[in-house]
Formats: sequence, structure tokens, C-alpha cells
Amino acid sequence: MANGEFLEFEDVSKYFGRIRAVDGVSLSVRKGEFFSLLGPSGCGKTTLLRILAGFERPDTGRVLLNGRDITALPPHERKVNTIFQSYALFPHLTVRENIAFGLRIEKRPKKEIAEEVERMLVLIQMEDQAEKYPDKISGGQKQRVAIARALIKKPQVLLLDEPLAALDLKLRQRMLMELDLIHDEVGITFLYVTHDQGEAMSLSDRIAVMNGGIIEQVGTPGEIYEAPRSSFVAAFIGDTNFFEGRVAEVVGGEYSRLVIDGFPEVLCFNDKHISVGNPVYLSIRPEKFHISREKPETGNRHNVVQARVEDVIYQGLMTRYWVRSGEYRISVARQHSRFLLDETPIRWDEDVWISWHADDGYMLERYSESDEKLVSLPPENIGEVNGEGNGAA
Amino acid sequence: MKNRRSVLEILVTLPSALWLAIFFLVPTVVVMAIAFKPTNPYGGVGTGWTVATWLSLGNPSYPAILWRTLWLSLLTTAASIVFAVPVGYYLARIRKRWRQFLLLLIIVPFWTSFLIRIFAWKVLLHPDGFIKKGLVFLHLAGDGASLLYNPWAVLLVMIYSYVPFAVLPIYAAAERFDFQLIEAARDLGAKQWQSFLKVFLPGIRRGLLTAVLMVFIPALGSYLIPDLVGGPDSEMIGNKIAQRVFVDRNLPHASALSSLLTLAVLLPMTVVLFLPGRRGRPDLMAGEGK
Repeated sequence: MANGEFLEFEDVSKYFGRIRAVDGVSLSVRKGEFFSLLGPSGCGKTTLLRILAGFERPDTGRVLLNGRDITALPPHERKVNTIFQSYALFPHLTVRENIAFGLRIEKRPKKEIAEEVERMLVLIQMEDQAEKYPDKISGGQKQRVAIARALIKKPQVLLLDEPLAALDLKLRQRMLMELDLIHDEVGITFLYVTHDQGEAMSLSDRIAVMNGGIIEQVGTPGEIYEAPRSSFVAAFIGDTNFFEGRVAEVVGGEYSRLVIDGFPEVLCFNDKHISVGNPVYLSIRPEKFHISREKPETGNRHNVVQARVEDVIYQGLMTRYWVRSGEYRISVARQHSRFLLDETPIRWDEDVWISWHADDGYMLERYSESDEKLVSLPPENIGEVNGEGNGAA
Repeated sequence: MKNRRSVLEILVTLPSALWLAIFFLVPTVVVMAIAFKPTNPYGGVGTGWTVATWLSLGNPSYPAILWRTLWLSLLTTAASIVFAVPVGYYLARIRKRWRQFLLLLIIVPFWTSFLIRIFAWKVLLHPDGFIKKGLVFLHLAGDGASLLYNPWAVLLVMIYSYVPFAVLPIYAAAERFDFQLIEAARDLGAKQWQSFLKVFLPGIRRGLLTAVLMVFIPALGSYLIPDLVGGPDSEMIGNKIAQRVFVDRNLPHASALSSLLTLAVLLPMTVVLFLPGRRGRPDLMAGEGK
């Protein structure tokens, strides 16, 4: 066990027939951390969670909890508890009996159980609903009962399997804050599985982005968003624009000049020191672009490209412009400034200049198959791939 | 508007209500009424009213037969449920194609006449049958022992006959059961058998209750099975009723016995129906609820 690592997956694989649901995953989670497994459906995140809970036995690898190998332990002997997506409250038991279930199974003294349950009811603010049956309480309340039922066992890790997916948007936002508060209050490790980048970004200390049974990147929300390690991560977390190019020249050590087919040459930050001649993807987030009618005055680390506006979509929080430059259709997101007196809004079919700082573009080596697939999609479709996540963010 | 709806509801329910009244309620009342009539020498019903028939039920042979009817039915019910619960559990868990095939196997015997199936048991349990010979060969039964014409043969064939009536409602309940609840129980520290007892069985309790009624009630009224595979020491109340009708030609007596049987079933059921449940708890006898 490495120092400070609390929960470890070591080279864990799980096959369902010929499908590799989890493919050689190694992962370390620290004590007290709010850790998210984020990925599209079928990426293996739920299987990994079920392996930890003991509902699936991995085909290879080990799971260590607090230094102890728990790979072969049955679910009831593990100090982990799960919040199920459907909550899985026992319909024949009241709220109070549901919460008490885990302690009754342990045959703890009646008085102690009563006290613990009362404490949990206070924590989830449902003292006055304790005698109701699950079919008589709301979705958000069920959620809270499920949390209390798991927390009362004082697990070393609390597993949450898309716990907010069944709630409507407003309730989801409130439960998001409540989960955050509960995590701060109880201080145990949370392992949170979700396909919703918004939930993962706002709750997590660290996120593991999964795709096709493997982990693409582990990092803080900021690292994952600002410095994606693969084009999958760049495309899955937020929106992005991809450009297919080749490193033409290294400029002043940290920067490189890229040639892109059907697009002007651009300058890009090259912290990965990708050498000249290598094929790369350049990823630029829509909000990193500036858009203006006049050619902007910029420093020498800026790229400036002329483009034509093909579409303007007002989205409330911001306005999205689809602009064409060369062979690329680029998504640009700006907060509008319609109340500034000197600015008339940019309209469809206008000629504009888009500009961005070299540090705001991200170069990614072209290597994995999933990259090829994602990037070969036209930009509109990538937007749709992300649509689900963005809507909930 | 609301009024019109209730008129429609009455119109829709009227045919089945009439059907039940004419073919179920009225005959039951008639049977109960005949029990208070005197008998006449021609096997019919005499004039006037009497309670003499009811008093004659005190005849010492009846308590023994009633007791046997009860324990045979209870054992049949218990055995059928014990057998049907695991079957229902696995039927609900296996793949759909297999499930349909196995359900078909459970239903197939109903395509054969009940009478023929009981006769088949007579062949199976026959003194020269292979079961008997096998048991003798294994020294599990003496050469002179009889597998037929005793209460155990009756019990065996009753269980065989009534198990499907327990399997079907239990399977129906298990199929609607959310098996994630078992995972939730395991997750909260329950061993496999604990999650089965504390979560699965309560989860299918409606199916269990239906199965109990579906087996116990027809078992109480069994007549053919004890008649064919039972002996003189394994008669049930159904056989006595038949004897009173066909042998003694004593309709009032048969009616009194029938009424007794009907009441024995109706009273406990009524109690269960009107038993105050726990407040707010999803009701046992109510429909599917939410």
C-alpha cells in the first residue's frame, strides 16, 4: 500500500462474455476524498463500483481497502455501503425501519439502534416523516433516506451510483448541495459514479474519466477541464473544437507552430514537448475565443483568424456563434454584452475575426482509437455528444 | 359528470355481480337452507325446519375426519409453498426464453384430465410398480407395505396436484419484485438467507397469501384424491359429503357438512380482510397499489 492511499484498484478487469467492461484499471483514492468516476454509459464505471461493493468479482486484479485485500469478500462483510440509483428502499418498512435495517442485521442493542436512527433522521431532516412508508414520500426524501440508511453503517467508503439521475433539475441542484454538506459533515470517502460532468465537476475533489473500460485521466476538475490528457476527455468534459494538424516548428521552447489542413497556421502551447512532424489534435474550448468585427490588436502569443458567421444561437447565459474559417466550422461561446451602448450584436453572415491566446489551445497526441472516432465526427455531432452532460450542468 | 361515471361503473360491474349472485351466492344460501330441513324417505327434502341435522354432526366420526381434512390441507399448503417459493424465485431470475419454457412445463399437466393424472399416480404407486420395487430393493420399504390407500399417498398426490397453484402466484409476485432490494440488503450487511427472509419474502407477501388461499381452499374440499388413492383411514370431509348424497341420499346432512366447510373457509378470510393493517402500510389484501 502506497502512503496515504486508502482505496486501491490494482489492474482490475471484468469481462462480460467478450465485452471488456473494465479493462486493467488501476486507481487510488485517498481517505476522505470525494472521488468521481465519470464517463458515458457503458464505460465501465458502474461495474467498477459494483466490484468495490462486492456484487461483481473481477476477472483479474485486486481491490484493497485500508491495506486489506477485499477482492474475495462477500458484500455483507465489506465496510462499504451503496446508494443505489433507484434508492432500493424496502417498501414494506417505514423510513425509520429502513434506516435501522443495517444495525438490526448486526443485532445491535435496541436502545443504541433507536439513538443512531434518531441522529440520522435529524441529519437528513426527516424526523416528522419517520413513520411513513417509502411510497408516501417524495423522490428527494427517498434519496435522503437512502443516504441515511447507508451512513448509519459508518462505512469506510460510501458508494453513490448516479444518485441524482432520477430527480428533476431543481431537486438535483438542491441534493447536489446537500451531498456536499453531508460529505463535509461525515468526512468519509465518497466514490461517486455519474455520466453528468456538471455533477462531477461541482462535487469532486478528483475525477477519473472513464471510457471503454479504461481510465483516460485522473485529476482535479480544473486539471481535467483545462488540461485534458486525451481528445476523449477534451470532448467529453465541456465542448471543444478539434483541429487536425502537425507540429511544424518549435518556437521558444514551450510553444509550437502547427500546420493545419484547410486552416491558417497557429501558435500553440506545447508543454508535452511533442516533437516536430508529429500528428496532433488541437483542442480549443468555445469560450476561449474572442470574436470581433475589427481585427483585434493582440500580442505575439495570440492567434488571429478571419471567419464568417454561419449561425448565432442565443442561449441565455451566453451566445453561441458557429463561424466558418477555411474547412472548419468553429463553435465560439461569448457572454453577450447587448447592454453596452457602443456594441451592436454580431449577426449571421457577417465577416468577423476570432482570436485566442496560444496558451488556451491544447495539443493532444493522436494515438487511441477512441480519439480517432471522436475527432472524425463533424463538430456539430460532438456538440450533441456533450449535449446530455451540458443540459444538466 | 361524476354522476355519469358512477352510473357507467354500475353498468359495467352489473353482469359479473349478477353472475356471482345467481350462480354463487344463491346456491350457497340454498345449500345452507337445506341443512335446516328434515330429510324424507325418497332422498329429497321434507317440509318444515329442524336443527336435528346440525346436532347429528356431533357424531364421533366427524371430529376425526375434520381434523384429518385440516392437517392434510395444512400440510399440503405448507409443502406447496416451501416448494413453490424457490421455484418462483428462480423463474423470475432466469433468462426469459428459459422462463417461458419452464412455465409451459408447469402448465402442461393441466392439459390432461385431473382424473387421469390421479390414476397415473395409482399406477406409479402400485404394489407392482417400479417405485415400490425400487424401495423394496433399497430396503426402504417392506415387501408387504403399501404405498397406496393411506393418508400419506393422499398427501403426496395432493401436493403434486396443488403445487402449480402455488407456483403461479408466487412467480407472478417474484417477477414484479425488485431484485436490487436484495443487493441493498446484502450491502447493508445481510447474509444471503437474511436478505431472502427479511426482504424477498415480505416483498412477495401478496403472492404468498394468494398461493395459500389457492392451495388451502381447494385442498379442504378434496374429494377425488382421497377417494382414489386413499383408504378407509384417509377419508376427508369431501368424501363424507359425497357419501351422504350418493349413498345415504341424505341431502340435509350433506348440506350441513358443506356449510360447515364453507364457513370454515369464509370466517378466517373475513377476519384477515377486515383486520386493521398498520397505518399507511401498503395493504396486504388491496390491489396492486402504486
